[in-house]
Amino acid sequence: MDRRFPFKVLEHIFSFVDSNEDRNSVSLVCKSWFETERRTRKRVFVGNCYAVSPLKVARRFPKMRSLTLKGKPHFADYNLVPDGWGGYAWPWIEAMAARRPLLEEIRLKRMVVTDECLEKIAASFRDFKTLVLTSCEGFSTDGIAAIASTCRKLRDLELRECIVDDLGGDWLSYFPETSTSLVSLDFSCLDSEVKLSDLERLLSRSPNLKSLKLNRSVTLDVLESLLRRAPQLVELGTGSFSDELDPEEIAKLTKALSELKQLKSLSGLWDLLPEYIPLLYSVCPRLTSLNLSYATVQMPDLIDLLSRCSKLQKLWVMDLIEDKGLKTVALCCKELRELRVFPSGADLDETDVTLTEQGLVSVSEGCKKLESVLYFCVQFTNAALVSIAKNRPNFRCFRLCVMEPFAPDYRTQQPLDEGFKAIVEKCKDLRRLSVSGLLTDKAFEYIGVHAKKLRMLSIAFAGDSDLMLHHLLSGCQSLKKLEIRDCPFGDTALLENAAKLETMRSLWMSSCFVSFGACKQLSQKMPRLNVEVIDEHPPKTRPDSSPVERIYIYRTVAGPRLDTPEFVWTIHKSPEVGVSRLSIR
Amino acid sequence: MSPEEELQSNGSVASSTRNIVGVLKEHNYLGLSDCSSVGSSNLSGLADDDKATISLKATELTLGLPGSQSPARDTELNLLGPAKLDEKPFFPLLPSKDEMCSSSSHKNIASGNKRGFSDTMDKVPLYTEKNWMFPEAVVATQSVIKKEVAQNLPKGKLSTTNNSSSPPAAKAQIVGWPPVRSYRKNTLATTCKNSDEVDGKPGSGPLFVKVSMDGAPYLRKVDLRSYTNYGELSAALEKMFTTFTLGQCGTSGATGKDVRNETKLKDLLNGKDYVLTYEDKDGDWMLVGDFSWEIFIGVCKKLKIMKGCDAIGLGMFCFLLVMPLKSLV
Repeated sequence: MDRRFPFKVLEHIFSFVDSNEDRNSVSLVCKSWFETERRTRKRVFVGNCYAVSPLKVARRFPKMRSLTLKGKPHFADYNLVPDGWGGYAWPWIEAMAARRPLLEEIRLKRMVVTDECLEKIAASFRDFKTLVLTSCEGFSTDGIAAIASTCRKLRDLELRECIVDDLGGDWLSYFPETSTSLVSLDFSCLDSEVKLSDLERLLSRSPNLKSLKLNRSVTLDVLESLLRRAPQLVELGTGSFSDELDPEEIAKLTKALSELKQLKSLSGLWDLLPEYIPLLYSVCPRLTSLNLSYATVQMPDLIDLLSRCSKLQKLWVMDLIEDKGLKTVALCCKELRELRVFPSGADLDETDVTLTEQGLVSVSEGCKKLESVLYFCVQFTNAALVSIAKNRPNFRCFRLCVMEPFAPDYRTQQPLDEGFKAIVEKCKDLRRLSVSGLLTDKAFEYIGVHAKKLRMLSIAFAGDSDLMLHHLLSGCQSLKKLEIRDCPFGDTALLENAAKLETMRSLWMSSCFVSFGACKQLSQKMPRLNVEVIDEHPPKTRPDSSPVERIYIYRTVAGPRLDTPEFVWTIHKSPEVGVSRLSIR
Repeated sequence: MSPEEELQSNGSVASSTRNIVGVLKEHNYLGLSDCSSVGSSNLSGLADDDKATISLKATELTLGLPGSQSPARDTELNLLGPAKLDEKPFFPLLPSKDEMCSSSSHKNIASGNKRGFSDTMDKVPLYTEKNWMFPEAVVATQSVIKKEVAQNLPKGKLSTTNNSSSPPAAKAQIVGWPPVRSYRKNTLATTCKNSDEVDGKPGSGPLFVKVSMDGAPYLRKVDLRSYTNYGELSAALEKMFTTFTLGQCGTSGATGKDVRNETKLKDLLNGKDYVLTYEDKDGDWMLVGDFSWEIFIGVCKKLKIMKGCDAIGLGMFCFLLVMPLKSLV
């Protein structure tokens, strides 16, 4: 008797399986499930663009409609990865263009995207709808113009914090007069001015536009005219909010803002002047997301604004909010799920503000739905961490940056071990954690023991010895991404827990005590890991005991990559070869 | 085999040195690898034959004369600002094997070579007891060195050249710390610049400067124009910073487990030593009290209440790459 499900039945069942993790599990069951799953997967996610070859992905998923890729390691955001490291989108675009012309969506993060890539996308995918580039670089406004002009069905064009060679605002005029499909447009990271008339016309003919994020050079005096043409907006990122407006203009703008009945998310607000805050009163009660992290507004004005935002779920703000402002948030924003508090001062101790651990404690007390936090603070205490953990065991993401390296609990002078212990003990669902402050190996023992669901961990200036790494690699079952800088451990733990590394997406270590010999051993021991050494000033001779400045280790089925720059070496698998740099330009 | 031995056995010290120094360049957050000449110009004590004996430990950045050992607890490298007891050495710069093997913690290693305040008291009559704020005038020879340090800061640090505030030469800038995206830093730099331009009107308006204090969790601002002389400023600052629970700031060897002392600043200061310093228009840190009040408020950009020992470093030494003789290592 044939016990197998017919393909059609399986296919139908799998259509209900959305999450890629589940789909990955499904495809491991047996060959026919693998086949069925791969033929039905529409959204493909590759967390490390070097983990698998573009060709393989293109071949495996014939029905692919959406591709999401991530390139550089996360610490590239903080200048720890030299320019030219890699993460090129071109091989992927090329492969997909040749084999998957029905691809509709491309989302890239921390990758190098050139104008050629963008032109290729425009030319190859006739139904192309969505381009989202986050923290990408390497392209100019010419490439954007190509997308705008050629993709007839373009719905989403979002450039989030990209580094773009800005050749002027003309690109906007390349949207054909016939294009009416735009749903979201984000050009907030561009510098130059776009022509107002182009923008007005585009808005007028885009009735489906839900999300608009302007750049800073869109001045306040023209905002009203834009909003009038797009009252259906759900997300608005303003331009600069600081021009002098006369009373009539203010009145008109106030009215235009109040007409945005669907508006849920507000951002931009560069240079927000306190006297313009009342203009926002009308939108506050509906807001679920507010990004004030570029608004250098002081605490009293922030309180003024936030006390009206009772539905707020996501708040990004600078430390100008101070403890007092966060108290207000705790009182008024009962729906808050995500809070990020960024430092306003450029330097380590230039916090001119009364933001202490108290602020976060208040929010953890008052906002019962809070589950994600990013908090920059000069110093912290164990007591505060314990309170926070007790108040909010529902944290999924907890990132605390005590800005002073090695800062202990400033009241007791103890390391912050006990505080973070409380966090990982109580918050059983913790997925992402960043630790800071003075921490000994004990802290990492606690993390290893308790943080069973932890997937991503970031560590800087912490620990005493190899034990620290050992605790983490042997304890944290779900760990997928680990990034470490300036910690005093080295070879032993790394080699002992080598097998663990194949269960993880990647491990980054910089300014630690790892030796070259250990890297070689690791690479030879683990065939499916790429062990890459980043060394901008390589020595003439490299004895085994010599320290390695930065290493990036990731699992891959694609073998060593072929596009390494001169400062990256992939440790070869074969002992005789040592290091190799395979490079094809 | 420790790197030191390796250096010798390789026979080619130069290349091994380059090995270390090359790697050091990566680690060297201050970009001071070229600073050895800077250091030697100031300190007569620097040995000429250091080059032959560069050990990893020796090339660690510390403050003070070569060969002198400060009290073990004093691990502060005041390049960074407030120091805490049990603070780890700020630069676990080089993963030197001898550090790992020889002692249980590298705290001790990094604490060397720094002179405690008391060592220098005899030598240089810097401070009068009565007024903690304003010592006798001290020539700040560090200004030249500071400038060089600032120039040596590698790029990729704090964003942009269009940041109008002068480079913080007195602080170490670590690459990628705090972990804020360059995009954000660049954007804020432009914002600050704009607001500074707006506020920077000369004349009779209030003149706010930030006041920071070692050990305090945050800064304050004072309006210099609301005082007419140093005495008033001193009194006001005393009042302002008394309310801080300072943690310990002492020079004693105590590990200070229970430091909840609410001792008034004055008491602390009678026993310990604090001095008031300021950052001038050129970005140099000077001891307050050199100039007349009127000139002072014209040049002062920031105030900082430093521990005495830090200010010694300010007045006397600079950021040195200290290379002691091999026999001392």
